[in-house]
Amino acid sequence: MDKILVGLKRVVDYNVRVRVKSDGSGVETDGVKMSINPFDEIALEEALRIKEAGGANEVVVVSIGSSEAQQQLRTGLAMGADRALLVTCDEAPDVLTCARLLLEIVNREQPGLVILGKQAIDDDNAQTGQMLAALWGRPQATFASRIEIKGDTATVLREVDVGMETIEVDLPAVITADLRLNEPRYVKLPDIMKAKKKPLEEIAMADLGAGDSPEIVHTAYEPPVARERGVMVEDVSALLAALKDKGLV
Amino acid sequence: MAKILVIAEHDGSILNPSTAKTIACAAGIEGADIDVVVLAADASAVAAEAAQLSSVSRVLTVENAANEHPLAVVLAPQIVSLAGDYSHVFGPSNTFGKDLMPTVAALLGVNQISDIMSTHGSHSFKRPIYAGNVIVSLQAPEDSIVVATVRTASYKAVAGGNSAPVESVSVDVELPTHTRFVGQEAESSDRPDLQTASRVVAGGRALGSAENFDLIYALADKLGAGVGASRAAVDAEYVPNDTQVGQTGKIIAPDLYIAIGISGAIQHLTGIKDAGTIVAINKDEEAPIFEVADIGMVGDLFQIVPELTEALG
Ligand SMILES: Cc1cc2nc3c(=O)[nH]c(=O)nc-3n(C[C@H](O)[C@H](O)[C@H](O)COP(=O)(O)OP(=O)(O)OC[C@H]3O[C@@H](n4cnc5c(N)ncnc54)[C@H](O)[C@@H]3O)c2cc1C
Repeated sequence: MDKILVGLKRVVDYNVRVRVKSDGSGVETDGVKMSINPFDEIALEEALRIKEAGGANEVVVVSIGSSEAQQQLRTGLAMGADRALLVTCDEAPDVLTCARLLLEIVNREQPGLVILGKQAIDDDNAQTGQMLAALWGRPQATFASRIEIKGDTATVLREVDVGMETIEVDLPAVITADLRLNEPRYVKLPDIMKAKKKPLEEIAMADLGAGDSPEIVHTAYEPPVARERGVMVEDVSALLAALKDKGLV
Repeated sequence: MAKILVIAEHDGSILNPSTAKTIACAAGIEGADIDVVVLAADASAVAAEAAQLSSVSRVLTVENAANEHPLAVVLAPQIVSLAGDYSHVFGPSNTFGKDLMPTVAALLGVNQISDIMSTHGSHSFKRPIYAGNVIVSLQAPEDSIVVATVRTASYKAVAGGNSAPVESVSVDVELPTHTRFVGQEAESSDRPDLQTASRVVAGGRALGSAENFDLIYALADKLGAGVGASRAAVDAEYVPNDTQVGQTGKIIAPDLYIAIGISGAIQHLTGIKDAGTIVAINKDEEAPIFEVADIGMVGDLFQIVPELTEALG
């Protein structure tokens, strides 16, 4: 295939313990470490491996967000992507709008395959890939643990609740990456230098014309009810006694 | 009034317990009128089960050979063709519902709400974000259909004893053939299912090998418990992927959860925050798992676990 399109979302790094702003209006992101959504990194790694094995000519990364998302796209370019697109907007659009914007990009780029992360670790929605596939009228293979491409079809091993499921999809298709699809490579310094010269195109969201979608309003943010620290026991008999006390054994 | 369509999850013969929990969420909305739809090749057994669940007004069946395996791109257009009669369409927030419901929402031209943990009227919901570190309140627009997945660990299954009418409906939509089911490897085990077990024993990276996980299985079997694991244990292939508990694995709410050699990363803890009692066994007294454990024991699992299994008689 000619091209693989990969989505990269800029999110709060997975090691950060996020906090709700004191006025409950959102999540504290000032001065917090930002990274590529881990699942998107896995998606990109897979696209690069397909290209390196001769299965594609070009890997294009796309992000939707503020101009700061350039950082994550540059990291993607340093990992090995050939080209980057940034759909710029001030506020993060809702998922349906993101899917519509991605569809516009798909129509422009005509990729043979789109790989996205199965979910973003900020809003934990797990929706974008499925929505894109639906709008595009193409197959979706979510939660991918292994991808094999042969000609015009992809065979995808999916991580599902009962175990593993295999499906076959005609290309082009949308695949979403699960944790065990691969282990992303580390970026080396010379690659970071090289990535600075790779093309990164900005497109204003308004120019893509994604239309309006019925918006779900976030009215308040709060911390979860915390569990309390319980008792510590010294030995197995005390552990058993504590369990018996609660009627659990 | 809320007219809610719940998508039944099943394997062709048995209704998944996630459905009764999804119905429980729907039933929490005042004045809800709830229909369940069973899309299957042969829906009879599953529909009969669904008809017994309380709060259900009607069970609809859509039978088609193409529905033998739940492919989202095949099921979604059929659901969309039924959705016109409803104000809400709900599915469970597990791999079945997460795969399917965004597809349904996109075809209907609306956003989707993931992981409803509580309802506050017909269009206000709460859900966890950031691996459960933040709870957000949402207001969905009143003038468009609500498509959502339900965080099943937040709900207790509705009771049985109902006998709702079962009606076969036919939908006239073209189904795609670009996506084909090839096969499934289900982990066969006699142990209770992780998602519904009232007791779960889980092991982490500290187990060190697949063989050592026998310690976990032995304790689980003594307790009649399901077996869970951290991502690290799954990644290391000590246990199959369907045992992973957490943000990107299963979200569970057993009465008893015993975490053995698991550090308690936020991504893991979000999967067990609704557990009744959490027991932690870890050699590091600073391990974050102890911050949430009801009963904690510091020590070497290789000593403690066999001793505990033995003591349980
Ligand atoms: C995007 C993303 C998603 C993730 N999703 C999940 C998820 O869904 N579920 C999940 O679990 N993780 C998830 N993780 C991974 C998570 O961050 C942790 O890395 C993982 O949970 C660690 O597993 P662990 O506790 O088994 O291993 P470790 O953190 O290595 O902990 C091992 C523990 O065992 C203890 N120990 C060692 N030897 C012994 C002994 N002999 N006796 C007793 N105790 C001992 C140690 O003190 C330590 O606390 C995710 C990470 C990312 C980035």
